[in-house]
Amino acid sequence: MSVDDRMVPHKPAVIAPGHTSATVSDQIGEIVFRKTPRWWYFAFGGSFVLVMLLLMALTKLLVEGTGIWGLNNPVGWGFAIINFVWWIGIGHAGTLISAILLLLRQEWRTSINRFAEAMTLFAVACAGLYPLIHVGRPWLAYWLLPYPNTMGMWPQFRSPLVWDVFAVSTYATVSLLFWYVGLIPDLATLRDRSRSPLKQKIYGMLAMGWRGSAAHWHNYETAYLLLAGLATPLVVSVHTVVSFDFAVGQLPGWHATIFPPYFVAGAIFAGFAMVLTLAIPLRAVFNLHDFITIRHIQNMCKVMLATGLIVAYGYLVEIFMAWYSGHWLEQFMILNRITGPYRYHWWALILCNILVVQLLWIRRVRTNPVTAWIIAMFVNVGMWLERFVIVVTSLHRDFLPSSWGMYSGTFWDWATFIGSIGLFLALLFLFLRFLPMISIFEMRTILPKGESKS
Amino acid sequence: MSQGRPAGARLELADVRRKLADQRGREFWRSLDELAGTEEFEELLHREFPREAASWPESVDRRRFLQLAGASLALGGLTACTRQPLEKIVPYVDQPEILVPGQPLYYATSFVHGGYATGLLAESHMGRPTKVEGNPDHPAGTGATDLFAQASILGLYDPDRSQVVRELGRIRTWDGYFQDSRETIRALDAVGGARLRILTGTITSPTLAAMIGKVLSEFPRGRWHQYEAAGRHSASAASRAAFGRDVEAVYDLTGAEIVVALDADFLTEGPGRLQHARDFARLRRIRRGKTSMNRLYSVESAPTLTGTLADHRLPVRGSEVAGVAAALARRLGVAGASGASELGGGAADWIAAAAEDLRAHAGRSVVIPGECAGAEVHTLCHAINEVLKNVGSTVRHIEPVVAEPSDQLASITELVEDMNAGEVDVLMILGGNPAYDAPADLGFKEATLKVGQRIRLSLYEDETSEYCQWHLPAAHYLESWGDARAHDGTVSLIQPLIEPLYGGKTALEALSALTEEGKRPAYDLVREHWGGVVGADGFEQRWRRWLHDGYLPETAAPEAAVSTSVEAVEDAVAAAAATGDGIELLFRPDPTIWDGRFANNGWLQECPKPLTKLTWDNAALLSPALAERLGIANEQMVELTVEGRSLSAPAWIQPGHPDNSVTLHLGYGRRRGGKVGEGTGFDAYALRAARTPWLATGVTLSPAAGSYRLASTQLHSNIELEGREAEKRHLVRTGTLDEYKKHPEFVHHMGHSPDPEVALFPAWEYDGYAWGLAVDLGSCTGCNACVIACQSENNIPVVGKEQVALGREMQWIRIDRYYQGSLDHPEVHHQPVMCMHCEQAPCEIVCPVAATVHSDEGLNEMVYNRCVGTRYCANNCPYKVRRFNFLLYSDFETPVLKMMRNPDVTVRSRGVMEKCSYCVQRINQARVAARKDRRQLRDGEVRTACQQACPTEAIVFGDINDPDSEVSRWKEEKLNYGILEELNTRPRTTYLAKLANPRPGSGNGGGHGPTSEGDDHVG
Repeated sequence: MSVDDRMVPHKPAVIAPGHTSATVSDQIGEIVFRKTPRWWYFAFGGSFVLVMLLLMALTKLLVEGTGIWGLNNPVGWGFAIINFVWWIGIGHAGTLISAILLLLRQEWRTSINRFAEAMTLFAVACAGLYPLIHVGRPWLAYWLLPYPNTMGMWPQFRSPLVWDVFAVSTYATVSLLFWYVGLIPDLATLRDRSRSPLKQKIYGMLAMGWRGSAAHWHNYETAYLLLAGLATPLVVSVHTVVSFDFAVGQLPGWHATIFPPYFVAGAIFAGFAMVLTLAIPLRAVFNLHDFITIRHIQNMCKVMLATGLIVAYGYLVEIFMAWYSGHWLEQFMILNRITGPYRYHWWALILCNILVVQLLWIRRVRTNPVTAWIIAMFVNVGMWLERFVIVVTSLHRDFLPSSWGMYSGTFWDWATFIGSIGLFLALLFLFLRFLPMISIFEMRTILPKGESKS
Repeated sequence: MSQGRPAGARLELADVRRKLADQRGREFWRSLDELAGTEEFEELLHREFPREAASWPESVDRRRFLQLAGASLALGGLTACTRQPLEKIVPYVDQPEILVPGQPLYYATSFVHGGYATGLLAESHMGRPTKVEGNPDHPAGTGATDLFAQASILGLYDPDRSQVVRELGRIRTWDGYFQDSRETIRALDAVGGARLRILTGTITSPTLAAMIGKVLSEFPRGRWHQYEAAGRHSASAASRAAFGRDVEAVYDLTGAEIVVALDADFLTEGPGRLQHARDFARLRRIRRGKTSMNRLYSVESAPTLTGTLADHRLPVRGSEVAGVAAALARRLGVAGASGASELGGGAADWIAAAAEDLRAHAGRSVVIPGECAGAEVHTLCHAINEVLKNVGSTVRHIEPVVAEPSDQLASITELVEDMNAGEVDVLMILGGNPAYDAPADLGFKEATLKVGQRIRLSLYEDETSEYCQWHLPAAHYLESWGDARAHDGTVSLIQPLIEPLYGGKTALEALSALTEEGKRPAYDLVREHWGGVVGADGFEQRWRRWLHDGYLPETAAPEAAVSTSVEAVEDAVAAAAATGDGIELLFRPDPTIWDGRFANNGWLQECPKPLTKLTWDNAALLSPALAERLGIANEQMVELTVEGRSLSAPAWIQPGHPDNSVTLHLGYGRRRGGKVGEGTGFDAYALRAARTPWLATGVTLSPAAGSYRLASTQLHSNIELEGREAEKRHLVRTGTLDEYKKHPEFVHHMGHSPDPEVALFPAWEYDGYAWGLAVDLGSCTGCNACVIACQSENNIPVVGKEQVALGREMQWIRIDRYYQGSLDHPEVHHQPVMCMHCEQAPCEIVCPVAATVHSDEGLNEMVYNRCVGTRYCANNCPYKVRRFNFLLYSDFETPVLKMMRNPDVTVRSRGVMEKCSYCVQRINQARVAARKDRRQLRDGEVRTACQQACPTEAIVFGDINDPDSEVSRWKEEKLNYGILEELNTRPRTTYLAKLANPRPGSGNGGGHGPTSEGDDHVG
């Protein structure tokens, strides 16, 4: 029964011993069918309150205008853009886990890919909100889309914001498809296992007539692989394009060629942190220790450590280039970041994103869910700070000292941000309640088959 | 109820209801008639239904009443609907000649400030004045304007202006006033003569003075007092002391190679300021072939704009200015000045240098005393100018321009004494605002209560109106007929551009009611006056000529031959010896709202004050050293006490401010007078005494609890860092004349401008016009006229203090101020920054919707309709000239403000980016006119609003494809440079470096050499 330790040395299992196809289906599927636990109502209710806060902030924004935020003359972008980049970065881990790790045949991804993909989808939904609302006249935001119109106008294709529209909308579409296609076999399982006719109908419709025939499986495998292939470049391209929003601008602190790789690494870094942030509590609450094992946590910590080092390298190169370029504007920008009025933000960023992460070199820290979770939270905060530092400290003291200013978020800035976290959590709780958060059929494939028959 | 209620009792609705409930039958209706007849009820009607008020039927029967009540209810419901009313555009039945819809017309008129006129051309669109410009044909005019004249358009349309005649708060009619005042004064006159007092500001108007004379001749016991809070008190006192009579000194700077300003901000203050600014700047400008400049020595007690241009600046305390003047007089051998004491420290060297320069340029130099300097300084200046033989060349003494020169401080003191003694029956306050701005020690307000009849004419119902039984709405100058004299005495006509918007009348009309003939229109009065002066022969033709030109030719004041008496000099020297210890308090008119009269003008309130860059407030300005000693920080409240009167105000640290002295600007702390100005700032008048209008000594200054948020448009936390970075980035390039002569190219060695040939794509060929603009930093005084002119021309909204504090001000031009050198004695540079119209504009490539695009004439254009408001353009603009409508800043509600707007410029809504357009509407208008004539635009035909307003001609705009255009020639100068050129934006707006002309061998750059440490400081 047990995994042969000699055959897989030093590698903890990705699924706990003793499971069969039936137990996997039971344990994961049961989460959906059993009576809604009490804590769920509280958790969902809490996040729903935050969604209401978001709606309130958005209403206020539409009625009064962008001026309810802390934006001003040198600092034309603030929380909205920071949050946009933060959310979109978080999404990247999901795509990376489901697409790239699939192609690389990393089996351990199986138990986390479903909710990581869901997380991607919800993070992209939150991210997508911001470009729409951050413009001065949101009701005209569709002018960024190329569509035939009586004005005879196209968008201005040289602007990275137009590239953003394509990058983010493609990303959202592919992520949704990928997630949904991956869900189909499990939806069929739920259809078959549910006892209420309504649920059978709904899951049945969503399952699109899946019967599990060989032809179905063949088509499914092909489609899933193709989508994984499509999604893979997106992991790199989306955040590259997002980084162009800054890199194309000529502002010191934005105008840097290192931005694309540094942003992509940062995105994966942030994404894995968020997956850990969610996975560790879920594992405890839903008693999924068998499926999300210490090995998963450890692997994700390793990815975080690696990408964290790339991000640290990015910070160092920025400082080095300021010195090496000999350009006073670049030098002033870096000095201003480190010693200027926003120095606390910068030092907090270094603490969260570089110093704390180094603890992951220690095996005991990696394998302890509590410490891993705490470090992941540091990274979540650190990556938000990183975007704050990039957006705000570059803008607030740029070329002409006469126009320097200061920026801070207002109540409505925070309300929108916290509200979007509420939206993310609310969607997540709905997902946890109504869909299998771990891919049932894929879990079956990683069951240690040979030994189980002995 | 049917019996009359006591007059003046308030109508209590509950009371009425109760009474009505008691009534039955016919009596009820009679009672209603009675009610309708009371004044309170009439007032109520006026408030609620202004139109219907007049048509209340004399008798109403029951049926009719119910019909009316039903109809009112129904109609009242209807008006609550938000549906837009049907509006028809009706063309003129008889099109007035010369009026073409869409084409503005210009009329000559005059703006009167502190009594003195500035000739203007007012732009009228379909009968609505929308903009004013200087009248270039006016003999005392320059074609330029100042910020006050520019902002007067907003003053005209101000919805807070007083709109009704009131007696004791109740609404009355003008006829009611005319009749009532006439009866009152005639009744008084019948009993031993009416003791009438007329209080006005400074009056130069010949017609008004004649009218006052006429009134006083009818009431011989009457008297006329003048009081101008920021008037020329010292100048007039010194004139009487030095010459024994009233004359006015006029300075002609066209030939003044050495200018010594003794606490004089002659470029932005005083009647001749526009002329001074232009002439001074012309002599200062370096152009190819001309390499000589004038030199300015400036002693100042409060940092002023003139001081920022000085080649040698000497900051001293207010009480020491006279000492400097006396020492200078002694050195120049002024008779009677031998008793003056030498000054120690850097001041002695400074005086020696100035004296030597003055002596070497006798007849080609001038010494100018400040409006706020003491009378002894003026006397000494007169004497010095005489000794230097400047009188007749750079200084002229003329017969007084003011209609009746008087010692205004004595005059108002006397008025208060007479009022207190019960010797005044009727007090007419025409203009001014004495209840607010009279010296605090007089107790003006309390004294007025002892006067039987108090009549008040003013634009606003203000603090003074509260103390008067009658309040009369005054007509704005753009609604009035009248006249006034310019600083050289030339009579300028005031003609209305529009019927009074709020039923105001002029002082002339209000006064005429008291005369034998009774009330007359101002038009007739002005014509009659001048008809009487020049005779009826050909008057109509002359009158039309005058109206067209805006002035009466050859009416300048004649020269007066006077000389300074030695005794006066001796007195002045003796007075100068007294310098007090302790902290001094300086009162100065506010640079944007003056003595408080412009407090309700949002443009002026929001205009960043020169140097401090504060908006919406005044503050106690003090030196960095004093702040350090007392441990005072910016925005911290301090308590100032003078002779038992005290005021708490926030502190503001002003680099370059003389130590141990505090400057407080007048005009703030208004309690009444419009919702824009009420509650802004702190009332400096509360500390001001009649004897010491400009300088109070023996002041205690102590830190108080709390702080007050001030809205400054330039960060104030880090002046040194800002200055250092600005220097590193070569934004403002300065040098001395000597450096320029030795290395004319020195400016180009300061920055790095990339080779335009090095580009990925070939440059765009501009084969038509190519618009460009150049700003001469050497001439810019930082006076803000361009800022307000631009605001008026381009419908720029006012955002309010909170928004300014957040950094969201909207003005399209800002005047950047940079300090250089030490905190105690820095150099100050002004740099007007408008859109650079970069040929390779960073804003254009990042806009996702192509809302900002390049025109084929090189303009960087904003398409408001297309803008969705991503603000990416503003982020990517290195010059930060873009302004975003974060909220709905433009007022789309107030109907009267719609009339004010320039119809050629879009009023921007929220969520839209905006910025300087190089006044593209003016370019297009001129282009259409030129195309109709089938010709090219001529140089100078298109002038931007900022260029047109600039008193020093520091801005020039035109076609840079035309090598002969003025702007091309400026850009050919070696001093020409662009800011941040290394970014390869290729800005179309460029700057001419600022040169200083310190005295050779003076050991330092005066105030302006690049290596100056600013060591000429009083020890």
